[in-house]
Amino acid sequence: MAEEHNMRRVTAIKNGTVIDHIPAGQALKVLELLSLSGDTSVPVSLVMNVPSKKMGGKDIIKVEDRELTQSELDRLALVAPDSSIAIIRAYSVAEKLNVNLGEEVRNVVQCTFSNCITQNLREPLPHRLKVTKTDPLTLRCHYCQRPQDLDELIHNLL
Amino acid sequence: MKGLITMDDLTNDDIYSILSDAERLLPVARGELYLPLLQGKILGNLFFEPSTRTRMSFETAMKRLGGDVVNLGDVKTSSVVKGETLFDTIQMVDGYTDIIAMRHPRQGAARYAQDAARVPILNGGDGAGHHPTQTMLDLFTIQQSHGTLEGLTVILAGDLRYGRTVHSLSHALVRFGCRLIFASPELLRMPNEIVEDLREHGADVTETEDLLGNINQADVVYMTRIQKERFADEDEYAKVAGAYKLHARDLDNAKSEMIIMHPLPRVDEIHPSVDASRHARYFEQAFNGVVARMALLCRLLGIEVPAKIGGGDA
Repeated sequence: MAEEHNMRRVTAIKNGTVIDHIPAGQALKVLELLSLSGDTSVPVSLVMNVPSKKMGGKDIIKVEDRELTQSELDRLALVAPDSSIAIIRAYSVAEKLNVNLGEEVRNVVQCTFSNCITQNLREPLPHRLKVTKTDPLTLRCHYCQRPQDLDELIHNLL
Repeated sequence: MKGLITMDDLTNDDIYSILSDAERLLPVARGELYLPLLQGKILGNLFFEPSTRTRMSFETAMKRLGGDVVNLGDVKTSSVVKGETLFDTIQMVDGYTDIIAMRHPRQGAARYAQDAARVPILNGGDGAGHHPTQTMLDLFTIQQSHGTLEGLTVILAGDLRYGRTVHSLSHALVRFGCRLIFASPELLRMPNEIVEDLREHGADVTETEDLLGNINQADVVYMTRIQKERFADEDEYAKVAGAYKLHARDLDNAKSEMIIMHPLPRVDEIHPSVDASRHARYFEQAFNGVVARMALLCRLLGIEVPAKIGGGDA
């Protein structure tokens, strides 16, 4: 019931994407990751810090008229690796998707170290960061091996 | 093992086995014997930034073993200056050679090259990152002098912040249970992330600004050059650099078997009066660059070094 109540804190959407089970307080970061925090032509609603049985507290985002792509899901994995995604078509859940933060993120973010070989964007091999710790999230560049956290990486999304 | 990018590519057993190959190759490195194990093989030397010892010792190692070398030449006149990516350069050299030794100003370049190449890459230094072939020759020198790599007390002194040599070496020494003393000016301390990483691996690490007061404990003193350009003004440099200079008279209380190493070139951090002392090992160390790289070239090219070389007990 609590879950249903949470979902109704904002109006049901006709078409679009619902991102549920975002760790409480991380919704703004998710918007930033999905480039939805600035000027955007689609309506976005968010609720933050609502009760959740599974997580204690959580955030929810609803994006109207836009279905998230796999590469957007990969970005999401950085801040909300356990979130669940529902693609909504005509007010019904058409697809359910899960985000999984694997052992490595490829071509999602660029290493933040100014002297890393990947700073030359003409180099064609993929940007690769390995997940070394999940709480707090720490990644290490596959090439230069610099450890980096999300606060640094969020400004380096590809 | 495909290439050698960091010391993590080698297990301790690999290290011992490569050092043992190097030991047997000594008469070949000295030119006393000709052993063309690498005949028909070509090494590509890709040095994107200046190098004297590393480049020359790779070349010597290859030639002593009957192999050949092609050089990138001066970066300023090569295709790199025209804006060629490292990926493209590697694709080209990969087709010309059997193995590549490279040095690059950017960190991670060697790993990148290895991902782009079919042939093995030997990392001869990537930015302030790793320099594993230097570490192998350092370990060879230490083992040659002390008969072991294990449980030694090693002082690393000077510029510990920017020196890739000391970064690679500290990680390797910790794997053999060595106790490390980092002696450096505050400005040039070993980066925190490295110290933390070493401690997480159970290392006994001490950080100090006092080099001379700790010499009596050391089995190895590894000196590095403090570069003037790291300091805001010359007075500051002079004040700091003075505390990291060794003179023969500073060694009176040293253990008799203690050795002094330096990756060279030195400026004035080791006074020439030390050269004649029984502690000095830096010139042997530079020579060992050839033999260590001979052993590594054979290993990465899959060529076995014979158990017995020459007629003697080498």
